[in-house]
Amino acid sequence: MTQRKRTSNTQSSSQSKRTSGPAATQEEDDDQTFTQPSTTQVQRGLEKLTPAQVDQKTAEVVQFFLVKDQKKIPVRRADLVKHVVKEYRNIYPEIMKRAARIFDQVFGLKMIEIDAKNHMYILINKLETVEGASPITNPTNPKTGLLFVILSVIFMKGGVVGENLIWKTLKNLKVDVGEKHEEFGDVKKVVTDEFVRQRYLEYTRIPHTEPIEHEFHWGQRAEVEVSKSKILAFMGELHEQDPQSWSQQYQEAHSSTQPSTSSQK
Amino acid sequence: MARQMGDSHRRFLQTMMANGIVDEQGARKLIAHCCEASNTQHNPDKLDDFIETINLKLQPMFMQITKGMSEDSGHQFYALVNMAETDVTRMSSDYADNELELFRKTMDLIVCSEKGNASSTDILNSADTMTTKKLKKSETEHLLNRLVHDKWLNEKRGEYTLSTRCIIEMEPYIRTMYQDQVKVCHICRNIAFQCQICENPTCGIKIHNPCVARYYKGRAEPRCPACDDFWPHEIPEVRRPKSQSRK
Repeated sequence: MTQRKRTSNTQSSSQSKRTSGPAATQEEDDDQTFTQPSTTQVQRGLEKLTPAQVDQKTAEVVQFFLVKDQKKIPVRRADLVKHVVKEYRNIYPEIMKRAARIFDQVFGLKMIEIDAKNHMYILINKLETVEGASPITNPTNPKTGLLFVILSVIFMKGGVVGENLIWKTLKNLKVDVGEKHEEFGDVKKVVTDEFVRQRYLEYTRIPHTEPIEHEFHWGQRAEVEVSKSKILAFMGELHEQDPQSWSQQYQEAHSSTQPSTSSQK
Repeated sequence: MARQMGDSHRRFLQTMMANGIVDEQGARKLIAHCCEASNTQHNPDKLDDFIETINLKLQPMFMQITKGMSEDSGHQFYALVNMAETDVTRMSSDYADNELELFRKTMDLIVCSEKGNASSTDILNSADTMTTKKLKKSETEHLLNRLVHDKWLNEKRGEYTLSTRCIIEMEPYIRTMYQDQVKVCHICRNIAFQCQICENPTCGIKIHNPCVARYYKGRAEPRCPACDDFWPHEIPEVRRPKSQSRK
């Protein structure tokens, strides 16, 4: 998968979806040549194929998603069409509809389009995370803890934070960005590259800063996957305060746009 | 009679996807946990039914939760297997082409060995004949560590064997790829790497160590089930799963 560096977008808005930078890559061009077939076209396309063929293609799409999702890499429609769907592109909407149903019914996952312009999808968990008690300990990724701290800081600070505060916070937790960390290696790379690519964070230039400074926002994946109320509850425990004492954050965390209104701790 | 797929099944499947393999005891506890989490009734004796419900839905995606035995302990394990892969491409998202080549070479050594293992020295030497970008010694060692960590290989005192997960996942590939060399257990009919062999030159059947333990348990004089010759090897003890305290 080719990496593309996003040119920064200085208009930031934490709620609406981000528009992409001006530099278009080959994959974006491929995507632009793909036009969604109409319903009649899909119908006609389906008539020419056997059910087995359509099922097979759907299975391939599901596999593709699951493999990418393992690494938390969003799936780009252009890649999907080019490498998997291929000549079945005329029934693309039908395949996606079936795949979404499979993710929902078989895996308990939800397929979400996090970028309507560039058509990028991720899978998120529909099932509530049950605290503790799982007899099978998942190979917990230590980076999750790191990410959680950063997301918490950003959230508590109203949705955007200058990078220096993040580096300072991490340093206080003995994670020094300047040094190679035993667990995380190149911390700066993990935070500004890996987490950004996975769409957990956004790392954008602050204009007119000299030397260049950046700021962090929550990424599109974090917006749909991470529960703000859980973060607030965690903060409450950490500081031994009632989460409601942060009234603004509490309001935001319990607004109707939140991913999960969980009654569980 | 398979139930309808519910959240308890989905939760179980998600855990399987994250872990790759789970032992039978763990699977039982996981099912209980998943059913509890979604407030569904749970019958502890119907482990296979529960998994069958999931498998019916996984079949169109060429995936299955397959049962297999550890050659070490003889315990049963469940692994989530991709049936469509006919090669080591199962691992291809995690490993580079040259790393996969070395893994295949390691598999060659293990399959063709008598004891179902390969020494680190032999593996390092096999890197010399790589056709893709050659791996340096340190890279090979690093790769082997990763393979152990990702549960594809086991390592003991410098000797590498195929992990239970690897054997379950790659069985079709191994059977096809190594059909002449691969050993098959006479008792359970699965492929066998670490096993005992009948010393009768006209017989030569193989039996997994744990299968030997179970087959000859309580028998005074062990005899080969195929040719009736005396079975000369040491009969191991049957290993019971560790008894876990109930929560």
